[in-house]
Amino acid sequence: MSQMPRQAARPLCPGCAEPVEAGDRFCGACGLELSAVPERAADPVDAAGSPTIVMNGAPPGGGPAAPGPPAPYGAALPPGAPPPPAGPPMVPSPPAGPPLAPQAGPPYAGPPAPASSGVPQARGQEPDEYLLQEPDPRMSTPAPEPGPLPAPAGAPDGAAPDGALCVACRTGRVDGDGYCENCGHAQPRERDHMEQECGPLAAVSDRGLRHHRNEDAFGVGRTALPDGTPAAVAIVCDGVSSATRPDEASLAASRAARETLLDALPRGTHPQQAMHDAIVAAARAVDALAGAAPGTAEAREHAPHQNAPACTLVGAVVTAGLLVVGWVGDSRVYWVPADRSAPPARLTEDDSWAAQMVAAGLMSEAEAYADERAHAITGWLGADAYELDPHTASYRPDRAGVVVVCTDGLWNYAESAGEMAEIVPADAAARPLHAARVLVGHALDGGGHDNVTVAVVPFPAPPQGAGSA
Amino acid sequence: MANFSKSNAPRFSVDVYQNEYLPEGGREVNAIVTVTATGGGTVGGAVTAPHRYAPHAPGRGPAAAVAVMVDCSGSMDHPPAKMRGARDATAAAVDTLRDGVRFCVIGGTHVAKEVYPGGGRLAVADATTREQAKLALRRLTAGGGTAIGTWLRLADRLLASADVEIRHGILLTDGRNEHESPEDLRATLDACAGRFTCDARGVGTDWEVKEVTAVASALLGTADIVADPAGLAADFARMMETAMGKEVADVALRLWTPAGSTVKFVKQVAPTVEELTGRRTEATARAGDYPTGSWGDESRDYHVCVDVPPAGLGQEMLAARVSLVVPRPDGTAHPLGAQGLVRAVWTDDLAASTSLNAQVAHYTGQAELARAVQEGLELRKAGDRDGATARLGRAVQLAGSSGNADTAKLLAKVVDVVDAAAGTVRLKAKVEEADEMTLETRSTKTVRVKK
Repeated sequence: MSQMPRQAARPLCPGCAEPVEAGDRFCGACGLELSAVPERAADPVDAAGSPTIVMNGAPPGGGPAAPGPPAPYGAALPPGAPPPPAGPPMVPSPPAGPPLAPQAGPPYAGPPAPASSGVPQARGQEPDEYLLQEPDPRMSTPAPEPGPLPAPAGAPDGAAPDGALCVACRTGRVDGDGYCENCGHAQPRERDHMEQECGPLAAVSDRGLRHHRNEDAFGVGRTALPDGTPAAVAIVCDGVSSATRPDEASLAASRAARETLLDALPRGTHPQQAMHDAIVAAARAVDALAGAAPGTAEAREHAPHQNAPACTLVGAVVTAGLLVVGWVGDSRVYWVPADRSAPPARLTEDDSWAAQMVAAGLMSEAEAYADERAHAITGWLGADAYELDPHTASYRPDRAGVVVVCTDGLWNYAESAGEMAEIVPADAAARPLHAARVLVGHALDGGGHDNVTVAVVPFPAPPQGAGSA
Repeated sequence: MANFSKSNAPRFSVDVYQNEYLPEGGREVNAIVTVTATGGGTVGGAVTAPHRYAPHAPGRGPAAAVAVMVDCSGSMDHPPAKMRGARDATAAAVDTLRDGVRFCVIGGTHVAKEVYPGGGRLAVADATTREQAKLALRRLTAGGGTAIGTWLRLADRLLASADVEIRHGILLTDGRNEHESPEDLRATLDACAGRFTCDARGVGTDWEVKEVTAVASALLGTADIVADPAGLAADFARMMETAMGKEVADVALRLWTPAGSTVKFVKQVAPTVEELTGRRTEATARAGDYPTGSWGDESRDYHVCVDVPPAGLGQEMLAARVSLVVPRPDGTAHPLGAQGLVRAVWTDDLAASTSLNAQVAHYTGQAELARAVQEGLELRKAGDRDGATARLGRAVQLAGSSGNADTAKLLAKVVDVVDAAAGTVRLKAKVEEADEMTLETRSTKTVRVKK
């Protein structure tokens, strides 16, 4: 298990006056047992009344985790920013033109949504053609500086701080390793349940009921396009359990992708190109983990055959008129129109054995998903991925709705677009955090066999000043 | 001063090998804990008695005292080579003493006599005292009975007179402990346990394996047979060399376990099997200490088995925390800075919960091997040939499959191996007494997992 960085001020060893980490049991310099020193009572990390304790110790399903600081949408745009380049070079000007970028488009025939969906889609006779993906004319307006970014979602895996009361037995204190000194129970880690609301969008991630840690991660944020119109970004990643340190992989990937998008969008990069770049950046971030194993050389020596860290990634960029999705693996994006009479749709195509069987025409969907190999993924981010094949697609929905970005921990309990639409609350666009909690709750009610992560993004991105309270 | 003590401290590291995954409702957590002390230095004195601690020149160990106990009973003259061998061996051990180490030689019969230096004192090793000691050895004569407890009591008294960190004894006997009751010896061992460590050797074949191994076991030393007195000198020199390499004494394995749990057993499993479960001393409400004796640059493995109260699927629990400490007389303990975590994680993934950790499996096999050898030899002595054949056959099988070549070789001197893989053996009609005693004495020796 990982050692968690701690926030408390660094006290000094009473023996040799060297700084010690807040969770240390012994001084790293002189080896003095810190717990045996009477002064320890004054140690800030031991003060059970410290207000940070309660937050970090929030049990799964408990209250909301600390969201990032509220960032007024576009508030930081300086007036008179320099003009941008003439326009994204990859964006063709005519409507209904060729794909925005060479990488555009899912590798398969397209999402299996009804053709009459409220979202005009790329699928059809011409898989390369995205009917409603013309570039936004407003993109050639002056480029603003990026708006203030909310704090990154999901701090590193952190246990309850030393000295907190155990949530399991309510008797013992929590030791420096995150276990109760009385009953031994591991304390809920920050990642066990994470929630973040970011203006008009929100995400919730939960460990579920069967897994001992949360290997999912998300990143949400918002910024403004060069023309000042808002853009919302949601990234969801699912660590591959059979690989080493999947939790670190998902966290690194979601952060890298989110940051890349929030950096590129205000500079006028077309959202679909930005999504492609974000997936590449996320892949690099995960690759980098493979080289940097934690712990000592001996630890690596004892476990030389571990797989490289790996995860899936799915992301969505929502602007005033455009919806861009990107993915690698089997995490998904669903489109649920606000007008529930319009058909919902799934916007991504899994990199999975079942999806490939169906796409190749070898099996029916029912047959493929009944197979035990159905969920074996065929694409992921990680150093041992055969070849990175980021899928991106752009949509221009013709009506309002919400975009549900999720891991299979949710869609296993609402696989079809119709099922998903049924469980999305009607007021999801107005109360995205509530909607995300409801969706996570649906998965937990269904058994919570996997980690569950959901981001809910209203479309179109609400203009400045809008957004849920 | 703080930095100095850090750079000279023997560094203890703790590695835990386990399968932490338990099925729903699972309780039993097994782990192999490897404790390694490296980079030895001179911290020993600083640990328990800072006033004694002074910087040593490199290569010099902490203050130490050694008592050599030589059997001088009448049987040592039959054949006379035994007495001669014992004298030569003691001389070799004295030659191996590091300068400055306190030492004494005790002649043991039905009573214990100070051979050198005498007067209830210890000598300080240097060129002069070594020569004097060797001269004194010439006066050793055989005659009298055997009461090992009296030798240990005298050694304890003499060793306790020195203000040193490491206290060690070397005991040699050639016969049964006939002149005191087993209860007396037991009481002596209990009294001496934790006060000094002691290696025990049996020379010839007229001694009782269980008596010698009991001394070594209680006093956390090694036991062995030296069937040929000519081999004694080299063995004594080796033992003394090991004793001179000890850097920190009275180290205890501290085991914390959660509320509601039961420690099923704690045993050392490498380099030898040594049951420690019953030797626990309560340290705190949730933790107990198991004695491990003194440490030089070495590595030992322990098998810890804990029953924990089951938790729900997806839950994680700390099943045990293993650390090394030097308990102080006032009830506190000096930590040696290393700890290992034994975890329990409940999962519905059958592949995870049913897999057996290779280290745990290996040492479970090694412990069974030691038991099979001991039981097989017991049954053989008792005349149960079928039972002995079955147990020794199982031992041959385990020794072969785990790569314990030394034990396999010793077994092959007691049984005819028909099929090692299947464990099919026949008892040999004629077995050398020395071979049988060697097998019994060394039955607890283990090998580490083939990497």
